[in-house]
Amino acid sequence: MKNIHLQLINIFLPVFLLAAAVARGQNEQNEIVIQPTIRMGMTPPIPVSLDGFTGEAADVLKFDLYVQGFSFVSPDAAQYLISGSNAGNVQGRVTDRFSKNSLLARSYTGASIRREAHAFADDIVMAIRHEKGIALTKIAFKAEQPDGNGEIYVADFDGHNPQAVTHDGAIVAAPAWVPDRLALYYTSYKLGNPDIFYHDLTTGQRRAIARYGGLNTSAAVSPDGTKVAMILSKGGSPNVYVCNADGSGLKKMTATSEDSAPCWSPDGQWICFATKINSRRLLAKVPAGGGEVQIVKTVGVSNPTEPDWSPDNKWIAFTSQAREFDICVVPIAGGDVTLLVPGEDPSWAPNSRTLIYARRTASYRYVLSLLDAPTKQVKDVARVSGNDSQPAWAR
Amino acid sequence: MKTTKLIYPLVLALAATLATTGCKHKPVGVTQLPGQRPMVGENNNPTTLPNTPPINPNENPNVNPMALPPPEEFDNMLADRAVLAAYTIHFAYDRSDIRSSEKANLASVAQALSSDPNTKLLVEGNCDERGTEEYNRSLGERRALAAREALAKLGVDPMRVETRSFGKDKPVDPGHDESAWAKNRRDDFVLLHPKAGM
Repeated sequence: MKNIHLQLINIFLPVFLLAAAVARGQNEQNEIVIQPTIRMGMTPPIPVSLDGFTGEAADVLKFDLYVQGFSFVSPDAAQYLISGSNAGNVQGRVTDRFSKNSLLARSYTGASIRREAHAFADDIVMAIRHEKGIALTKIAFKAEQPDGNGEIYVADFDGHNPQAVTHDGAIVAAPAWVPDRLALYYTSYKLGNPDIFYHDLTTGQRRAIARYGGLNTSAAVSPDGTKVAMILSKGGSPNVYVCNADGSGLKKMTATSEDSAPCWSPDGQWICFATKINSRRLLAKVPAGGGEVQIVKTVGVSNPTEPDWSPDNKWIAFTSQAREFDICVVPIAGGDVTLLVPGEDPSWAPNSRTLIYARRTASYRYVLSLLDAPTKQVKDVARVSGNDSQPAWAR
Repeated sequence: MKTTKLIYPLVLALAATLATTGCKHKPVGVTQLPGQRPMVGENNNPTTLPNTPPINPNENPNVNPMALPPPEEFDNMLADRAVLAAYTIHFAYDRSDIRSSEKANLASVAQALSSDPNTKLLVEGNCDERGTEEYNRSLGERRALAAREALAKLGVDPMRVETRSFGKDKPVDPGHDESAWAKNRRDDFVLLHPKAGM
């Protein structure tokens, strides 16, 4: 069936293009998309050629496209030809090698070469795959010093332009973005105990929103920004709680024994977390309004932790632990797990295909890395401390 | 089918010609990018913190006897890390239950607390590196809470005991083998004395 369909397109595509080109008098893009089914870890990359760019512009374009599922080949093997220059400013074109259709022709001004190249990368992704790119998105993470103390940082998604958010000289952990805002929640031991703080990056103002006895950590902000899920032990055991954005209206959500790392479903209806039930480590979810805890089955792997629900509501990424740690994905309903690469603490990009995670090096340090989940293409991001972990993608 | 095959290259060539000619006439779009502003504002230097009390009162201890006391009840205490250092207890991998081998140390901690009713106790829970960061923060807290529960059974008022988990952030042994891991899976006990004049 699929073959027949492809053959028909093969036969009629040129005729259709000709008709359309004649009708319009120019070669505006015609939307004929043959989108292969995305299979996590098993989808081949889209082969493109890249010509005319040098230095930083070439590096940025290669990095941005590689971590979104493109591979680089010679022009005669490419599906799409990307060409242009970075003399003075970035300008570029994208042509479909088979249809000869021009998909994009743009120049970029007013910013650094780096930022212009990122903007071109986003337009390339939109022109070829009709998806919003991630080249201008941000991350937050924990940068640890050799003494165990650290600071919360924010940076571009590729680790460039890092800026320290905290100056606490204390253990810090688990940054979480407020959706669509330059604001974070995170854990800091600045006052002795692990407490959760809200921090407005623009004004520099921050305040404690959870400073109870025992553990206060792992804040996760609801998609509408009005609620915060977190782990507190004030009731005598580490459990999931939810409060309003300002810390008021606290509500205990679970009575399980050892919860950690909550995240929200994109519709705000569920909170997924790691827990222990009958001494077994599992993923579970609880209705955000309260209710019964349900197990999310992760068939084929052991000790799942650190779930993150994809923005397109299809996948839960998480860390499994056998001898080593692996980045995994499972459908949101639970079921068979796809094991992707060694690593910990995955966080989805807004495109629901790229993940940022912490990779352990041979010297037991953490390096942040990007993983394009469908193709399993991986690249490290620029380092800040030599021990960067707990990444959170702004989305 | 035969006709289509013959026409195919011709059509393709024509389409290609039109496409490339079209390209030359098409104006190149320009995207004017705004300059990049730093994400973190210039006045961001929060080295000090407002000492915000919890917004909600703690759970009523009459309802939940093992609920933790609010942190303010441990303000103005001096920490003595040395006096109970010999009584650190250790845990099996990925477990938070207290082994019988550790019970003598817990009894010594209970003894120290009962000999001076003005003192309080901080229990610090720690893990080895074989676990993810936030998982270990919860496991470390479970280990500290397990000691608190065991001390309560030995007659220590649990409202005198606070817990703190460091997860895997404070190993005593930086090694990466079982001998190091066994030392790092632990509860440290810190005796808290009232500050003079309090």
